[in-house]
Amino acid sequence: MRSGTSRALRALPTLFRVGVAETVAYRAEFLVWLLTSTLPLVMLGLWTSVASEGPFQGYASADFVAYYLATLVVRNLTGSWVSWQVSEEIRTGALAMRLLRPLHPFVALGASHLAAVPFRTFVALPIALVLLASSGASALSGDPAQLLCVLPSVGLAWLVTFATLFTIGSLAFFITKSMAIANLYYGLFSLLSGYLLPLPLMPPWVATAAELTPFPAMLTTPVELLTRSLSGADLARLLGVQFGWAAATVLVALTVWRLGVRRFEAVGG
Amino acid sequence: MIRADELTKHFKVHRRKPGFAAALASVFRRRHELVKAVENVSFRIERGERVGFLGPNGAGKTTTLKLLAGLLHPTSGAVTVDGYVPSKRRPELLRSITLVMGQKSQLIWDLPPSETYAMNRAIFDVPKAEFDATLAELTELLELGKLVDKPTRQLSLGERMKCELAAALLHRPKTLFLDEPTIGLDVAMQLAIRDFVRRYNQRHEATVLLTSHYMDDVVALCPRILVIDEGKLVHDGDLRQLVKTMDPDKRVSFTLTSEVGADELERLGAVIGREGTRVTLRVVEREIPAVVGRLLGPLHVADLAIEDPPLEEILRAMFGKAREQRAASEAAEAGGAT
Repeated sequence: MRSGTSRALRALPTLFRVGVAETVAYRAEFLVWLLTSTLPLVMLGLWTSVASEGPFQGYASADFVAYYLATLVVRNLTGSWVSWQVSEEIRTGALAMRLLRPLHPFVALGASHLAAVPFRTFVALPIALVLLASSGASALSGDPAQLLCVLPSVGLAWLVTFATLFTIGSLAFFITKSMAIANLYYGLFSLLSGYLLPLPLMPPWVATAAELTPFPAMLTTPVELLTRSLSGADLARLLGVQFGWAAATVLVALTVWRLGVRRFEAVGG
Repeated sequence: MIRADELTKHFKVHRRKPGFAAALASVFRRRHELVKAVENVSFRIERGERVGFLGPNGAGKTTTLKLLAGLLHPTSGAVTVDGYVPSKRRPELLRSITLVMGQKSQLIWDLPPSETYAMNRAIFDVPKAEFDATLAELTELLELGKLVDKPTRQLSLGERMKCELAAALLHRPKTLFLDEPTIGLDVAMQLAIRDFVRRYNQRHEATVLLTSHYMDDVVALCPRILVIDEGKLVHDGDLRQLVKTMDPDKRVSFTLTSEVGADELERLGAVIGREGTRVTLRVVEREIPAVVGRLLGPLHVADLAIEDPPLEEILRAMFGKAREQRAASEAAEAGGAT
């Protein structure tokens, strides 16, 4: 008798393949969605102009270029619409069909969303090339060990984001329109993840408050790995904190789901 | 085996009157109402049985099916399917049941059904050889042909329903919960699906629980029926027994070939339908031989048919009577209270 985990692992390649087929089927929508995350470009224009006459609080123009282009790449690879999907499925009762399958929706949806990541590189890769060719290249980290850690850090950022958004979507078990909470989330995310501007440029109390939330682990950590020179201890601490947030957010997501699914009303015929 | 003991499901429903003022008021104060969708329902269903759920809209049929499939947690009472509590959604149970809902789709909308089948094979961990054999069998029984390679959104309702059934059965479930599987389908497709369900039941000794608005589905497929009204189980048993208990009289229909007076017909039985020369009488069962003898003898009628009363008629009378009794007892209670 195979265990549930080994069955789930065996199912993953097919789930990825079907997820890729779905992404291809929705390619136009997908591209438009990817192109909507352009806020960092606006911020880039604003801050390079501010820093054109000299560094602003230690950030030179090239630092801003590196920061915002790296932000754009990480955001492209880690963003997710899973909260909308979960909330809609709960609200309309479509979740019923998913619940009849012997695979936790967190895993099933996770696999299907991960399948979209290779397509995201179509947008992320050109941005990364622009970054390398731009003045920002000089502000990138040159430590190969640190750069090697970027990949797992982006993976953890994806997981923290996915688990948090899965939790927000699952709130539809308790309140009819959990998307109102998603809007609040996007506000806090923009402010506390470093998406709008680097956390060191925020008032100190905001930067301190941000450290107590999972938001920096969603974006700032991999961006810092790309753009700052970190000591080995700092690198280990940042990755450790990010791993901690990944474990905590997954735990919260699974708990909220377990409590919520008891309230599922499976509306409609 | 399926066991339901005192199964109860209540929903809290938000109610508000139409209009802007009511909408505004509901922001500050919400009125909720308790809907008793299923109330103390108990039954046993043995392996391989085909059981139909009957009842008017909102009676609690679908809620009961969802409780049995583990989509809903009961408010009280207990339910087990093959020894498992469905709401715990143990993978072992999920691999042995299926739920088909005529109004909900599990097929991925923009991809061909074959992609959903591949995904289900992976999730249900069906070995490749078994999957191929089952798919071949389902393709033959449901005449799927090349449908499985067309994007789902381009399939007609009937085609989609056939593909839904295949998706739901690829893991060869032992228990089938079918909620309105023929809704919106034409007569030919209804017959095809009915025929398929019967054959699947016989071939795999699968238990089938069915709800349908089409009484013919239930009559043709289910020797046993559970009648649910306002969340309560009001009949559990043989279909013929229900008909006999509720209305033991037969329906005798025939075509007149010569003029027969109304008095003469009334002497044979109650005239309950007359369209031109076609007449339908309600006749007490023990008088059937005498009435048939007279109709075929002196009266020379043609196209004579003897049938049980239509199930729809019986259920309408049954639900109507139950409602009248409830209204009367509520009125009596209200009268006693004042």
